[in-house]
Amino acid sequence: MSTVQLSEDVYRELKDKIAKSVIALDELTITVRAEDLREVCLALKNPPFDFDTLIDICGVDYLHYGISEWHTTSATTKGFSRAVSDRIIKSNIWDGPRFAVVYHFLSVTQNHRIRIRVFCEVDDAPQVDSVTDIWPAANWFEREAFDLFGIVFNGHPDLRRILTDYGFIGHPFRKNFPLIGEVEMRYDAAQRRCIYEPVSIQPRTLVPKVIREKNVHAHPLSEGEKSGE
Amino acid sequence: MSELRNYTLNFGPQHPAAHGVLRLIMEVDGEQILRLDPHIGLLHRATEKLAETKPYNQSIGYMDRLDYVSMMCNEHAYVRAIEKLYGVTPPIRAQYIRTMFDEITRIMNHLLWLGAHAIDIGAMTVFLYAFREREDLMDCYEAVSGARMHATYYRPGGVYRDLPDKMPQYEASPYKKSAEIEKMNENRQGSLLDFIEDFTRRFPGLVDEYETLLTDNRIWKQRTVNIGIVSPERALALGFTGPMLRGSGIAWDLRRKQPYAAYDQMDFEIPIGKTGDCYDRYLVRVEELRQSNRIIKQCIDWLRKNPGPVMTDNTKIAPPKRVTMKKDMEAMIHHFKLFTEGYTLPEGEAYAAVEHPKGEFGVYLVSDGANKPYRLKIRAAGFPHLAALDEMCRGHMIADVVAILSSQDIVFGEIDR
Repeated sequence: MSTVQLSEDVYRELKDKIAKSVIALDELTITVRAEDLREVCLALKNPPFDFDTLIDICGVDYLHYGISEWHTTSATTKGFSRAVSDRIIKSNIWDGPRFAVVYHFLSVTQNHRIRIRVFCEVDDAPQVDSVTDIWPAANWFEREAFDLFGIVFNGHPDLRRILTDYGFIGHPFRKNFPLIGEVEMRYDAAQRRCIYEPVSIQPRTLVPKVIREKNVHAHPLSEGEKSGE
Repeated sequence: MSELRNYTLNFGPQHPAAHGVLRLIMEVDGEQILRLDPHIGLLHRATEKLAETKPYNQSIGYMDRLDYVSMMCNEHAYVRAIEKLYGVTPPIRAQYIRTMFDEITRIMNHLLWLGAHAIDIGAMTVFLYAFREREDLMDCYEAVSGARMHATYYRPGGVYRDLPDKMPQYEASPYKKSAEIEKMNENRQGSLLDFIEDFTRRFPGLVDEYETLLTDNRIWKQRTVNIGIVSPERALALGFTGPMLRGSGIAWDLRRKQPYAAYDQMDFEIPIGKTGDCYDRYLVRVEELRQSNRIIKQCIDWLRKNPGPVMTDNTKIAPPKRVTMKKDMEAMIHHFKLFTEGYTLPEGEAYAAVEHPKGEFGVYLVSDGANKPYRLKIRAAGFPHLAALDEMCRGHMIADVVAILSSQDIVFGEIDR
């Protein structure tokens, strides 16, 4: 089944639950509201779609989406100095909800894929319904998204941290969590035990994040403008 | 009657059979497993977050370090995601080189798995044999990229460089007789392709050797037959892919079903198991060794006949040739931009998956139009497999946990990321 065909079928079946349906790069992405997620998942799991395998669940934090650290429209005399953190340029600001959960499903029987995106309505307390009872494989993926982003999956049987250390505080993959972390650990000879302290190193940006409007849509060079030869 | 109490047993995180740093909390009733809780994350390096702070090309090296026994397959998924989002197709020769090295990687991975699996169950010899062959394949890695393991060889738009015409040779050493060195250099006289071809000629016989040691071995069968059975329905529900799914009898292989690189030109079979136990998974992987060997042979034939470029000539994404940079200003600028700022990808998202030796290895890339990924999610093949360990082990003996765990082919680099 082609992606277009699949997209039409899914739309026909679940018309009122789909907020948005996009085909890009031959991949079908549908956006559904958080309250419809379970219903949509159940429909996709069963015939005629048969999405029998859950491939992935991925949390996304859109806090810094479209925000670059360096912007040049004309020549400057001042380069990009290391250790920047305050120079933030907003080009196309994200106005949607902050957190999203992205599901990838695969149908082994019919050989097609789909991606579902669900936005969490409340930014301060993101939550989504769990799909562990529909696909048991969701268990650890949801634990991971909870651990790294702090997204709570309602109805998950065992929502514990999975990747971070015992007793870890915070959700490290959120965009406002510093790359180097918030605490560092060392052995203290006087107290004769491991102690945690606030990090002592400054965060640095080696290569600034740049959004190039002109370069964004790249096309392979046509014969006439071939350079480099 | 005396009161009976279940034991809670800790396994790992430092244990030779834990395949890295896995901690298992096992609730046992005598020798029987009642419940099992894997604690993972002891090798978590936040690769995904690190990648968000670096230009795209600088993260290729991190991909090698995910599943550190099948390096190039990880790179393949990552560069495919970038190529998909950017809209660039690598030259056909690069596709064949990637296919060949993916299969070399698969053999390397399965050899390590075979050796480790056997040693976990108590057969020492296979490990030594498997590592002997692995050494040759690592030499191929070294010849082509300069590194024995973490190659960073695949780049968006192709591969870093063409296959070398000369295979590096052993040098004279005070610790080895010259006759010995001559013998070691015997199959290294020609090009890299000659060396790999020699390997593919020898390899089926070597797989027979491993099979002689294991396949009909009574102890091996006692330890693996009917251990950790997963039904096909359950395997799908638990998100299994790769040899784990095929071991349960579902003929699913991305190389065939959703072909990438040059796999649609390749002639190979997909082995499947019947019962879905440890023994079936062993048979599936051993057969994959033979099939990979077949694919490598076909790639060698094609690569010999078809010279050509191995990197796209789109200098917005791939660095220009050194020679052109000396005389062309434009090329110089492209080089400078690529190595300082990198390239920007169009806003959007892409998911690219490859048939990794362990299953489906996918990279989900979200770009906001910058020179760094906005979000990079790595779908590790082993992650859902390990998540199912609890279910697979329930009711089995403690010793079977080790057999089941190693039949899953777990590597913590990719599970913890």
